Amino acid sequence: MSARRIFARPARFAAIAPYLWMALFFLVPFGFVLKISLSQTAIAQPPYLPVFDLAAGWTALKAAFAALSIDNFKLLVSDELYVFAYVRSLTVAATATALLLLIGYPIAYGMARLPKRWQAVAMVLVIVPFWTSFLIRIYAWINILQHDGLLNQILLALHLVNQPVVWLSTDSAMYLGIVYSYLPFMILPLYATLAKMEPALEEAAADLGAPPLQVFWLVTFPLSLPGVGAGVLLCFIPIVGEFVIPDLLAGSNSLMIGQTLWLEFFTNKDWPVASAAAIVLLIVLLAPLLLYERLQRRQLEKR
Amino acid sequence: MRKSSRLSRFNIASLALGLAFLYLPILILVIYSFNDSRLVTVWGGWSLRWYREFFNDRAMIEAAWMSLRVAVCSATIAALLGTLAAVALSRGERFRGRTLFSGMLYAPLVMPEVITGLSLLLLFVALNAERGFWTVTIAHTTLTMCFVAVVVQSRLGSLDRSLEEAAMDLGCDPVRAFVAVTLPLIAPAIVAGWMLAFTLSLDDLVIASFTTGPGSATLPIRIYSEVRLGVKPEINAICTLVIALIAVVIVIASLASKLSSSRGESAAPL
Repeated sequence: MSARRIFARPARFAAIAPYLWMALFFLVPFGFVLKISLSQTAIAQPPYLPVFDLAAGWTALKAAFAALSIDNFKLLVSDELYVFAYVRSLTVAATATALLLLIGYPIAYGMARLPKRWQAVAMVLVIVPFWTSFLIRIYAWINILQHDGLLNQILLALHLVNQPVVWLSTDSAMYLGIVYSYLPFMILPLYATLAKMEPALEEAAADLGAPPLQVFWLVTFPLSLPGVGAGVLLCFIPIVGEFVIPDLLAGSNSLMIGQTLWLEFFTNKDWPVASAAAIVLLIVLLAPLLLYERLQRRQLEKR
Repeated sequence: MRKSSRLSRFNIASLALGLAFLYLPILILVIYSFNDSRLVTVWGGWSLRWYREFFNDRAMIEAAWMSLRVAVCSATIAALLGTLAAVALSRGERFRGRTLFSGMLYAPLVMPEVITGLSLLLLFVALNAERGFWTVTIAHTTLTMCFVAVVVQSRLGSLDRSLEEAAMDLGCDPVRAFVAVTLPLIAPAIVAGWMLAFTLSLDDLVIASFTTGPGSATLPIRIYSEVRLGVKPEINAICTLVIALIAVVIVIASLASKLSSSRGESAAPL
C-alpha cells in the first residue's frame, strides 16, 4: 500500500470531531428553524406553540403534528411588506454586487500588474481592512456622512453645495457602506485569477494588432471569469441577508429581509414568523449557495 | 520587452484610489478619537479624555472583557477543530459523507448571519441551555472553524506531500509523520487561522445578539446600541482601541508565519 493511502486512514479519523460539531451546531438547528416556522405564535416563553414532547407519547406527538401549520408562510407570501423586503434584498444585492465588480476589477487588475514584490504588499493592504471590525468601519462612515460631518464640511467649503446634504438614512449611504465593507471579498478572488494569467497571452493579442480595450474584452476578461464568479457569489449571498449596514445607513421606510427578520424576532417576539422568513431566505439563496460550495470545493481540492 | 509598460497610468490611479477609499475613513475615525471637543465634527485640540471616559465606563469595560474571553476561547477551539477538518479533507482521500462534510464547512462562510444566529438560538432554546458566555462561544466557534479550515486546507494543498511520505518510508507511523513533519509546516497557517477566528469573533454583532442572554452583552452589541443613538466621541476611542488590538494581532500573525515557515514562504492571511 502506498504511503499516501496509509496516511489517509488516520486523516479520515480527524474528521470525526469537526463532523459531529458541524452536524450538531450547523445542520440540526435548521430542523428547529423548520419546526418553529410551522408552529403558532404564543405569548409565552419561549414564544411559540406547539412544542414536541417525546415523553408524552404517540398520541400527543400526533396532536402536535396536527397542530403544525403553514400559516406563517401564507403570511409571508400574502403580506406585501415581506414580499417587498425579499424583492428589495435581491435588487440591493444585485446592484451592490455589480458596483463591487465595477470598482473591484480595476483595483485587482492594477494589483496583478504590479511588480511581484509589490503585489504581496498590495495584497496585505487589501486584506487588513477585512480584519478590522465590520461594525467599526460602518461607524467610521457615519462619522463622515452625518449632517455636520466631514463630507458636508468639505462640500460646503468648496461651495459645491449651499446647505448640508442629507447623506445618512439614504440608499446611497447604504450602497457606499456595502461597497466599502465587501470590497476585499471582491478584489481577492479577482486578483487570484488575474495574477495567475499568462502575460504572454495579452502581449500576443496586442502584437497581432488588437487595441488595448479589445485585448481586455477578448482575452483578459474571459480568462478571469472564474474569479468573477467567485467574487460575485462571495458578495451577493451575504449581502442579500445583510442586517447591520442597511440598519445603520439606510432609511427605515423600506426594509431588507435581514432587517425584517431581526424586527420580527427581537421587537415583535414573533419567533415562528422570523423562522419562516429564514426558511424562505434559505430557499431563495439555495442555488447560489450550492454554486459557491462547488466552486470552493473545486478550488481547494483540485490537486 | 514590454515589462516596463505593463503598469499603465490607469492601473496606478485605480490602485491609489482604491487604497485611499479603504483606509481614509478608518484614519479619520482614529484621528477624531483624540479630539478634545464633545462635538465630533469640531476640532478642539488633541486629548485623551474619551479614552479616560471609556475606562470609567463599567458596562463598556465588562462587555469588552466578555468579548475578549469569547474571542480567545472560540478561536482556540476553532483552530483545533478547523485544523482537524482541513487534514481530513486534504489528506483523507475519499470517505463516506465527505460531500456533506465539505458542504457544512463551506456554507457558513457565506451564509447570512441572521440565519446562522436564529437557528443556533432555536437549538439552544430547545436544549434548554442557559444563554451567555458559552452559547456565544459555541456559536462563534461554529462560524470561525470554517475559516480556519479553509486557511489550513489551502496551506496543506500547497505542501509537498512527498515530505510526509518520506518520513513514513523512513519508519514513522502516520501520526508521528504528521506531528514531526506536517504540523510544523502548517503551523503558520494555523496561527493565521487562529488570528482570523479571533478577529471575526471580536467583530461579530448579529450571531452574538441572537445567542447571548440577558446581562451578558459583547462589545459589538454595546457599540451597536450606542451607535444607533448617534455618534459619540467615546465610541471613536473604543473603536480605535479595537483597531489597535487587531493591528497587534496582525503583526504577530505575520511575524509568526515569517519565523516558523521555512524558505521564506509565508502563509496567506486569508
